[in-house]
Amino acid sequence: MDLLQFARGPALKFALIVFCFGVLWRLTAVFLLRHERTLSEPRHPVFRALMGGLLAAGSRSAPHREFIRRTGYSEALGYSYHIGLFVVVLAFGPHIAFLKSLFGVSWPALPNNLVTVIAALTLTLMLAVLLRRLTHRVLRLLSNFDDYFSWFITALVIVTGLMASTHFGAPYEQLLAWHILSFDALLVWFPFGKLMHAFYIFPSRAINGYALARKGASV
Amino acid sequence: MNTVATAGAAAAVKTAFDRQGALGEDARVDRAMAGFACDFGALSALRLESCIHCGMCADACHFYIATEDPQYTPIWKVEPFKQAYKRESGPFAPLFRLFGFKRKLTADELGQWQHLLFDSCNLCGRCSLICPMGIDVAALIEQARHAMFEAGLAPKELYEKAAHQKRTGQPEDSAEPYRDKLLAIGRSHGVDIPLDKPEADVMLTVPRTDIEHYPEAVAALARVMSHMNVSCTFRSDGLVAENYAYYAGGREWQRDISRRLIEQALACKVKVLIVPECGHAYSALRWEAAELYGRPLPFKVRHITEYLAAQLDAGKLRLRQAANGVSTFHDPCQLVRKGGVTESPRKLLRAMGVELRELDDHGAFAFCCGGGGGVLDIQRAAPLRYRAMESKLREVDQTGAQTFLTSCSDCRRTFDDGKRHFNWDKTPQSLLELIADHLGSAQEARS
Ligand code: SF4
Ligand code: SF4
Repeated sequence: MDLLQFARGPALKFALIVFCFGVLWRLTAVFLLRHERTLSEPRHPVFRALMGGLLAAGSRSAPHREFIRRTGYSEALGYSYHIGLFVVVLAFGPHIAFLKSLFGVSWPALPNNLVTVIAALTLTLMLAVLLRRLTHRVLRLLSNFDDYFSWFITALVIVTGLMASTHFGAPYEQLLAWHILSFDALLVWFPFGKLMHAFYIFPSRAINGYALARKGASV
Repeated sequence: MNTVATAGAAAAVKTAFDRQGALGEDARVDRAMAGFACDFGALSALRLESCIHCGMCADACHFYIATEDPQYTPIWKVEPFKQAYKRESGPFAPLFRLFGFKRKLTADELGQWQHLLFDSCNLCGRCSLICPMGIDVAALIEQARHAMFEAGLAPKELYEKAAHQKRTGQPEDSAEPYRDKLLAIGRSHGVDIPLDKPEADVMLTVPRTDIEHYPEAVAALARVMSHMNVSCTFRSDGLVAENYAYYAGGREWQRDISRRLIEQALACKVKVLIVPECGHAYSALRWEAAELYGRPLPFKVRHITEYLAAQLDAGKLRLRQAANGVSTFHDPCQLVRKGGVTESPRKLLRAMGVELRELDDHGAFAFCCGGGGGVLDIQRAAPLRYRAMESKLREVDQTGAQTFLTSCSDCRRTFDDGKRHFNWDKTPQSLLELIADHLGSAQEARS
């Protein structure tokens, strides 16, 4: 078995198993904890509070107008590289073929060259994000191993992907093997670190939003 | 026993912190973690799990905005507990312990956080509005205060007042009991104080701040209730609205203090318990008392402005036009942002024809006065509090309003203190007093 076969075969299988069970466990372990009883008289009926939760799930995607002046730059940076990542993951022909092999559905791809340019831009934006994390006094204080390692592993997948798609520095098969191995590593790391925010983001906004909305508090 | 110690290794600048009791260091840490876990459930875990360390919550907090000191980042204020959660009860806790990823805290390190959890947090909830993950950061900070209290690491002023209130019903000694003071206020203001009626529709409570500092507000409450001809009563054994254990983080004491009021309300079979102009009293009674009591309350808890707005709608409260020029209004955080009492004060102001010029940041986005969450009572916190309130005073000035109103007596006292400190030319006024001064007749209400 060569490196590429290993990366695509047992390594990928192992990574997917860790990913699925890890994510499931991390979500279950949280939701299995005690659910606090609320006994105070709600300000709004349950339906309205639920709507408040749903509203928060969507509306927190953009900052409240009152905060934009202070957070606009972070939001813009965050949005741009996330959009870049989505495009690269979901609109690159070989990725679509891979996802089809997993889920059986496919969709049209963007031209490979365009996706390569977007990937390079995304990487540049991620470097800006890292620079900000290293230099901004609040981010520097908050950041821990998880923040840097999650950044590193995501950037590594993009770098190896860019190398593979541009056939840079080594035979294509070898570059592809590295790319897939780095993706396997990302899958394994995913449930243990902050990449999990992909799964937490909407439940967190909705449930916190519901808890606030039942009091009539602002969401 | 209270001693003040200077210790700690975690923070760059070591700050003094208070300790209660004679617990060993390990016992303190264990009690803190148990205290954090005692009201820990899925929602709290979700909050801790979801943080992406984006740092945006700093941009909502007036303590960070005023100082640009990153330690005042709201989510950083619960950092020791975030670590402890991962180590002790997170989904991968055994791994964290096995590989020693998260070290156990020392009591000194925890003590350093007293400054962050108490002196520099008003529990105002502004940070909860900015978080892109929707995390209610203020709720986590409140929970961390419970842990600090259990570990004997609450600021001494809050601890002592909470202990006194739990024991006696009032947070500090006074020359004469509050009951007598209340009656004296009635006599000196020529208003009848309904006290200890065996039955009534409404039970009234009073902020200790008003008894001590703003007796006119107490008289205003009695006058307004009498104007509406409401069957109501104060109760000698359940007078004080504030709950100092809520500030200090003592859950059991908070329950005992709330229970005193609940039992009085039950004894006189009221339909409504009125929280006067006090924001934290509202949070403690409206949103937390039933949970601590263990069952739903058989009466409603209403802030005085909510109650009066409803009476206005019902035609029972009649108001005259107030000729007090342009006014601006400070939204108390616990009432407005965290409690949803946003429209009621504005409705009452409109009914008096008051021209309201809103602050730049108003309603849900209003900045705290800086005194909430017990910060006003913590003496060593004063210099930081003044820095945090400066921009608020500027906002008030920028409205050009002649009258500055609010509906929380602790906010009022904080602004009064700021007035003295900064030689500020505004005087905070009580909305309730304005209402009491403009009670109308039935004819005036129609015209
Ligand atoms: S609750 Fe208010 S004072 Fe406390 S951290 Fe959040 S914004 Fe700052
Ligand atoms: S804004 Fe929310 S996600 Fe960002 S650091 Fe603060 S608590 Fe964490």
